[in-house]
Amino acid sequence: MEPSLSITGPEKTQLNLWEKSGLALAAIATLFMFSFAFQGEFLSHSWSLAIILLSYALATGIYSYGAYAGQAAGIKNDHNFFTSLTARGGLGWILGIFLTGFYVLLYWYPTVLGLHSEGENTGIIALFDPLSQWIKGAPASQWFMYGTLYTIAILYLGGKFIYKYRHNSYHLIRTVSVMFFQLAFAFMIPEILQRLNQPYFDFKMIWPLDYYAFFDWRIQELTSSGQLGIFMLIWSIALILVVTPILTYFFGKRWYCSWVCGCGGLAETAGDPFRHLSDNSRKAWRVERWLIHAVLFLVVAMTAAVLYSFLYDSNHAVFNTTGLAIFFTLILGGGILWVLKDQKRFEELDPTAKKVGMALSALIVILLWEASFTGRYDLLFIPGHQIRSWYGFLIGATFSGVIGVGFYPIMGNRVWCRFGCPMAAILGIQQKFFSRFRITTNGNQCISCGNCSTYCEMGIDVKWYAQRGQDIVRASCVGCGICSAVCPRGVLRLENGPDNTNKAKELRALHIDPKGVSYQP
Amino acid sequence: MHIAILGNGISGVTAARFIRKLSDHKITIISGETAYPFSRTALMYIYMGHLRLKDTELYAPHFYKENQIDLVQGWVEKIDFDKKQLLFSKNSQQSSISYDQLILATGSKPNRFGWPGQDLKGVHGMYSLQDLQKMEDYSNGLERAVIVGGGLIGVEMAEMFHSRSIPVSFLVREDSYWDAVLPPEESEMVNEEIREHGIDLQLSTELKKILSDDSGRCRAVCNSKDEEIDCGFVGLTAGVHPNIEFLKDSGLKMEKGIVVDEYLRTNKKDVYAIGDCAQLSSPPIGRRPIEAVWYVGKIMGETLAYTICEEPTRYAPGHWFNSAKFFNIEYQVYGEVPVSYDDELSALFYRKGKQSLRIVYQSEAKEVVGFHSMGVRLRHEMCEAWIEQKTPLRSVLENLTAAYFDPELHTNFHRAFIEDYNREHSPTIQLRRKPGLHNFWTTLGELVKSN
Repeated sequence: MEPSLSITGPEKTQLNLWEKSGLALAAIATLFMFSFAFQGEFLSHSWSLAIILLSYALATGIYSYGAYAGQAAGIKNDHNFFTSLTARGGLGWILGIFLTGFYVLLYWYPTVLGLHSEGENTGIIALFDPLSQWIKGAPASQWFMYGTLYTIAILYLGGKFIYKYRHNSYHLIRTVSVMFFQLAFAFMIPEILQRLNQPYFDFKMIWPLDYYAFFDWRIQELTSSGQLGIFMLIWSIALILVVTPILTYFFGKRWYCSWVCGCGGLAETAGDPFRHLSDNSRKAWRVERWLIHAVLFLVVAMTAAVLYSFLYDSNHAVFNTTGLAIFFTLILGGGILWVLKDQKRFEELDPTAKKVGMALSALIVILLWEASFTGRYDLLFIPGHQIRSWYGFLIGATFSGVIGVGFYPIMGNRVWCRFGCPMAAILGIQQKFFSRFRITTNGNQCISCGNCSTYCEMGIDVKWYAQRGQDIVRASCVGCGICSAVCPRGVLRLENGPDNTNKAKELRALHIDPKGVSYQP
Repeated sequence: MHIAILGNGISGVTAARFIRKLSDHKITIISGETAYPFSRTALMYIYMGHLRLKDTELYAPHFYKENQIDLVQGWVEKIDFDKKQLLFSKNSQQSSISYDQLILATGSKPNRFGWPGQDLKGVHGMYSLQDLQKMEDYSNGLERAVIVGGGLIGVEMAEMFHSRSIPVSFLVREDSYWDAVLPPEESEMVNEEIREHGIDLQLSTELKKILSDDSGRCRAVCNSKDEEIDCGFVGLTAGVHPNIEFLKDSGLKMEKGIVVDEYLRTNKKDVYAIGDCAQLSSPPIGRRPIEAVWYVGKIMGETLAYTICEEPTRYAPGHWFNSAKFFNIEYQVYGEVPVSYDDELSALFYRKGKQSLRIVYQSEAKEVVGFHSMGVRLRHEMCEAWIEQKTPLRSVLENLTAAYFDPELHTNFHRAFIEDYNREHSPTIQLRRKPGLHNFWTTLGELVKSN
């Protein structure tokens, strides 16, 4: 018997009139925008775009008013599992299919949206020409259109999110942060750079999320763009090698994933109504660990292959392949000896980390020897450029875009971040092994209600830890802080700091001991 | 050895989990309510659409399989203590189960005080999943609900109906909400919170009778002021009592609950009782014989596992703590917090909007004995250590931020609390450190060292 589980939901739990009006207005604005794809041009582009963007603002405002106004500040999760939009009902599926379709057009059929290899833009993309001209002095591309809509989504729905969580300063401040980074760093600065004839550069994009950061064409572009270009290249390297480890050590991966990153920004704002749809089963966790580390491996191997070929081709080759192969074989051999000497150390490692580590090291050595013998820089005999195009298609477009955002209403709002993002994988490894960040559980106050696990967008079974009084240190945690917010008993707190008892590893009894001791620090 | 646990609430499941940690005994948990144990305190969230039933389950189904804890769904009708057998009701899949040791964890039932009309259709408590289903059944088209009894379940039920925009009249016998437990200021905060949500809170008002329509469903209630309130549902939330009727005349020693000693043993050999249904024959000082509280059940379950698997372990629940949420106001209590103050105990209290903190201390010795917070989260371990170590009030105030557990970047209520203190007291207090984990460990370390 499962009470109140029908998709249609019990009476009086469906959207109210304001919410319906907001959604309807957004739908009309979207239809109006898409009418341009079918040559239905009634108004000038500037006016049309202004009307569309204002309608979205109005729609968000009306919806938020209906959803949260007139209620005291507090957790607003009523009816999430009843309403069609948020419980994988008809509206949810319609939205999912629409978003998926939009991404398919964006990546593979931009002509439908009005982008032409020759001649002026038409259709939807042409709508964005005036704005593009104004900002960067050139006509829009499909990426300009996408970037504008993406930024609008984060700004508007970020406003809605702030209103929803107006009682919680943590959410207020981090949401303002993602809104700022999206508007300034992801949208405005790169466009302005282009206007100034500088390379397009997003200063907060980090390799390997930015998987082409060290591609040959990219390095050539930057190195031929004067001092600013060189700075950009150094900045890219410093971001991943210096900035990332330091900030992650002090704050956990949240400094990036839920304060800075654009993917995270969209997930936290536009994706917020769908966070409870993330699968928190153990099975999903297993899939996640394999998938995300596989993507990480792929991007590392691809970048290495591309870099190697670039250095090789441009006669910058510092190492020869045989030398490298010998070098890495020695390192691997040393590692094996280290493990054999004291097996305990090996047993203490996380099982997944062990498997991934072994597979990675073995592959690197095999690939290097292969390269040394064949004299080519292929990955298992697949040419580098082919890997690059497959990665772009499978990971860059399909996974992060079509599935990552298109499936928000079906699989939750962090599908990409959780299963696919190689940056999240790197930050996760750092967070798990070299970070002061944890979610502290508060003594024995947990009532096992399940709000934390259900509203965790990363599908972490927070309750598992909370009800046994164990601190939570998980690679995937993006530190959004929603588990702490929805907890009705004040059990969870995101914290950075020392841990004197290793509470994340050991379960501590607060009250019970065979000897009748009531408190053990 | 086969250990049978009757009842799959938090007490029974906690006992099972710790017995498994400590031994390889065969464990069977029996319940008629659900196939998998779930969190009773989360029932409200299912009704409100925050969670599904499966989200409230304590563990995923594979947990029980992997830990070899057998779950049996069925209602036990009788227990034969001599033959060590549980006998199931007729419709169950099996007729009986034998045990070597038995843990009774049968929980509570909502109180019904003999009100006229209390058995009409549409009159229900809220304790089990079945109760929730009844609430759901009567909710469609419901124009008003009346809730009788101002305790924790009453305010939850009010919030539930409120989430469906169903008007609620809330009859509370006391002069202020839950004033037998909450000090007057805090109780008043909850009154305000309930009324702010549009609930018709009727204080000092009792239920006189429930009136029926032609079909035998409640149509209205009559309150102690002889006013008639039309309603299609009456929620009875005037407390709970141990669910032990089916054990009458079985030879088990029972009063209000199943009587147990300090090792949670009943008068029958190899039979224990824990949680809501247990009545301690000699409760620890300052505690009641029956405490129908989540945490008590959890601690009893864990204690009993040690008794069964290792050596007899006394039930020693430590310092009292509890928590709840009244609409949007979270509530936490640690240690001793009386409703009224005499010469022996004094309290510092400060309220700012929907937040308040009360620190109770001994008037003479100035040692802290209790914390009581509304809309402010406190660190359990810190509060408990202060109480345990009989920490002087001044030291607690100086280190107050070590107990700070509100989310990061929140307005620091503790600062306002100290400022308020400094306005009225001298010498004044300076907070020593900023909130955070580092502060907590340092303060705890100093505390342990100084004793």
